Amino acid sequence: MVQFNLPKNSRLTEGKTWARPSAAREVREYRIYRFNPEDGHNPRVDTYYVDTGDCGPMVLDALIWIKNNIDPTLTFRRSCREGVCGSCAMNIDGRNTLACTKDMADIGGTVKVYPLPHQPVVKDLVPDLTNFYAQYASIEPWLHTSSPTPEKEWRQSHGDRTKLDGLYECILCACCSTSCPSYWWNSERFLGPAALLQAQRWIVDSRDEATGERLDNLEDPFRLYRCHTIMNCANACPKHLNPAKAIAEIKQKMVERKV
Amino acid sequence: MAGNGSNGSAPAVRGPAYPIEDHTYDVVVVGAGGSGLRAVVGCSEAGLKTACITKVFPTRSHTVAAQGGIAASLGNMGEDDWRWHMYDTVKGADWLGDQDTIEYMCRNAPAAVYELEHWGLPFSRREDGKIYQRPFGGMTTHFGKGTAQRTCAAADRTGHAMLHTMYGQALRHSAEFYIEFFAIDLIMDEDGRCRGVIALKLDDGTLHRFRAHMTILATGGYGRAYFSCTSAHTCTGDGNAMMLRAGLPLQDMEFVQFHPTGIYGAGCLITEGARGEGAYLVNGEGERFMERYAPSAKDLASRDVVSRAMTIEIREGRGCGKLKDHIHLHLDHLDPAVLAERLPGISESARIFAGVDLSREPVPIVPTVHYNMGGIATNYHGEALTKKGGNDDCVVPGLMALGEAACVSVHGANRLGSNSLIDLVVFGRAAAMRCAEILTPNDKHPDLPKDSADLSLSRLDKFRNASGSTGTAQMRIKMQKVMQSNCAVFRTGQVLQEGIKLIDEVLGGVPDIKVTDRSLIWNSDLIETLEFDNLIAQAVVTMHAAANRTESRGAHAREDHPERDDKTWMKHTLTWLDRNGKVTIDYRPVHTYTLTNEVSYIEPKARVY
Repeated sequence: MVQFNLPKNSRLTEGKTWARPSAAREVREYRIYRFNPEDGHNPRVDTYYVDTGDCGPMVLDALIWIKNNIDPTLTFRRSCREGVCGSCAMNIDGRNTLACTKDMADIGGTVKVYPLPHQPVVKDLVPDLTNFYAQYASIEPWLHTSSPTPEKEWRQSHGDRTKLDGLYECILCACCSTSCPSYWWNSERFLGPAALLQAQRWIVDSRDEATGERLDNLEDPFRLYRCHTIMNCANACPKHLNPAKAIAEIKQKMVERKV
Repeated sequence: MAGNGSNGSAPAVRGPAYPIEDHTYDVVVVGAGGSGLRAVVGCSEAGLKTACITKVFPTRSHTVAAQGGIAASLGNMGEDDWRWHMYDTVKGADWLGDQDTIEYMCRNAPAAVYELEHWGLPFSRREDGKIYQRPFGGMTTHFGKGTAQRTCAAADRTGHAMLHTMYGQALRHSAEFYIEFFAIDLIMDEDGRCRGVIALKLDDGTLHRFRAHMTILATGGYGRAYFSCTSAHTCTGDGNAMMLRAGLPLQDMEFVQFHPTGIYGAGCLITEGARGEGAYLVNGEGERFMERYAPSAKDLASRDVVSRAMTIEIREGRGCGKLKDHIHLHLDHLDPAVLAERLPGISESARIFAGVDLSREPVPIVPTVHYNMGGIATNYHGEALTKKGGNDDCVVPGLMALGEAACVSVHGANRLGSNSLIDLVVFGRAAAMRCAEILTPNDKHPDLPKDSADLSLSRLDKFRNASGSTGTAQMRIKMQKVMQSNCAVFRTGQVLQEGIKLIDEVLGGVPDIKVTDRSLIWNSDLIETLEFDNLIAQAVVTMHAAANRTESRGAHAREDHPERDDKTWMKHTLTWLDRNGKVTIDYRPVHTYTLTNEVSYIEPKARVY
């Protein structure tokens, strides 16, 4: 019989409820996933109360407020705080998004914060994205040319440049890939929406001269074709990009070059 | 690799020994932003065994947040010349920039931009397929007479496009990355040569000793010393602080740039490219006040000029809003198609962080700390400099600095917008070329000094076990508030003297710091503490240098000394900080010569926009 039980140490336990800030007029309840790989305990969910009068509007502001005022051990990645670096991707209120651009006013009731799903957790809200980054590298994200390099720029028409819009803006936050059920099942072999969106960014670049090789590299039952157009990726993307559309366009190219 | 360095594991001050893993490279680059990556690519191409240590995944570096563009006199939009770019940069720098290095940057800028384009950077385009260039503050033609369109842009996400492109190149060259490694301190030997760096691996808490013939600090600025800044949380100037702890000076730290258009409250950046595309500033009375302060350049005057004008408007009661404490930036007259094509990023930022639809209403903005002109003094090869034995340009062997961490000095007292991205790639490339010239791949490494890890270990151990009474966050906010109120857009001797007292007090409180997290794996409480320790050192020298400079130049505006004083002050400030928190100040002359005779020295004159 196949065992469908999760490993014992993956079961969530009830964590600590931290004291309410005494001076606060209005508080917001946060339930946050905690995991310390060094203490030998199962992951737990801690409850915090954030003084919204003393804290900025975004979920990241609340996490920083907690770290500064209640619990300095709370661990998460963050950097730019304006939605361009992609560090603070996590699962908030059941959806993958960036904590820095997620306004807590847009969430009803308790704010639940978990790490990005289906990635190994290093600690608290910090996932291990090694595989995700390796997949990005595998699509060779640089311009391939064989023609002699011009002295000045490669010319690219205004219209051709427009084709990169909606693709080049990806910030590699991994919100899309880690929201994809197909990626959850086959993340070792399916490249996932983020890497495929990036693949398409180079495939459609009018300056690139390796479209054939790029398509060959994706022509595989798993790398590309595990996308079953579930569309969670497009829903999750905090930059409002549409990886599913990019993947569909790659598939279309695959068909076109055969007929 | 372990044991390679022959010193084995070093004993900790308290508790068990920290195991140290050794690595040996020709070049070690600390930082994976624009300048670090450019150096990594160049050194890898040259066949040097190169490692890049970075505390965040490369595409998370703060270069990603640069918006408006990268300056180079391509001349795609009309006549242009690198000499005009040079003149603008010298004037923008208020004659504190070294003209040999400025010449080097402006002359090499077009080639650097073409290189990025050849690597695949998705620049915005003109109809004829050439790179699109937009006007930017202080960028002129014919030595100040016309408006230049010199800033090459990828919409308003140029830094993002550039950083991702450069990371792609690094992957192409199979560069070796050590990602989420936090550099603690330099390894210096008794001859004053830098021999490498020691870093903490975040995901398991192990220590790593990197030996290198050349260590390149590309660690960025220290904007987070201030309460409100456009800088990322990770902009803590770690390399600058490592310099200070190594007993080496930092240069021109009093020059801190306030960007005119940070979103009121949130501090997020609205690019100067907005004004380049036609946006303008309005005070609470609906007046386009920049016409009074800069009759010719108006809203596209240099950043220091615009930030001061805005501050005066607010101070004299002509601010916007209920509290009259900010200024409005209008873009609502611009064609929505232009907003969508050229300024999509700030349209999104304004909506998210100011709740404003900028096609309909103005964005509330205030001058916000943005860039540190000061940093590690270098020559145009990127080699770190100190002043020793009467030599003003004494090279620190084995050590280079690049980007915002460096003070080349091309930006002098005030950086022009879009000159930072070009600084990154021009000098990143120059440093790599210098490494290729002076290093031999796989050259033998002499033994490390016996105490090579001591400085790092004692520092790490001190903070890991810190059990004082004040948390890091409390200390940090104290420092940030002092910097914000006592070392701002306008400064006076009295306010700065008070600032010295207050910031020295914060520094004096460091031994009482409390770290709560005692773990080894991803201990962000510890990292934030090490970062705070880095920030406070830089805050202290910044305040002292500002109080010391009794003139107004570029971003350093002294109300008690409103004039520029070339006779006394056309010189770089060098500041050292000793272990007892004592600041020492000395000077280096500004390079008043050019690199070649294709351009002559630009004589100082009054700076009017």
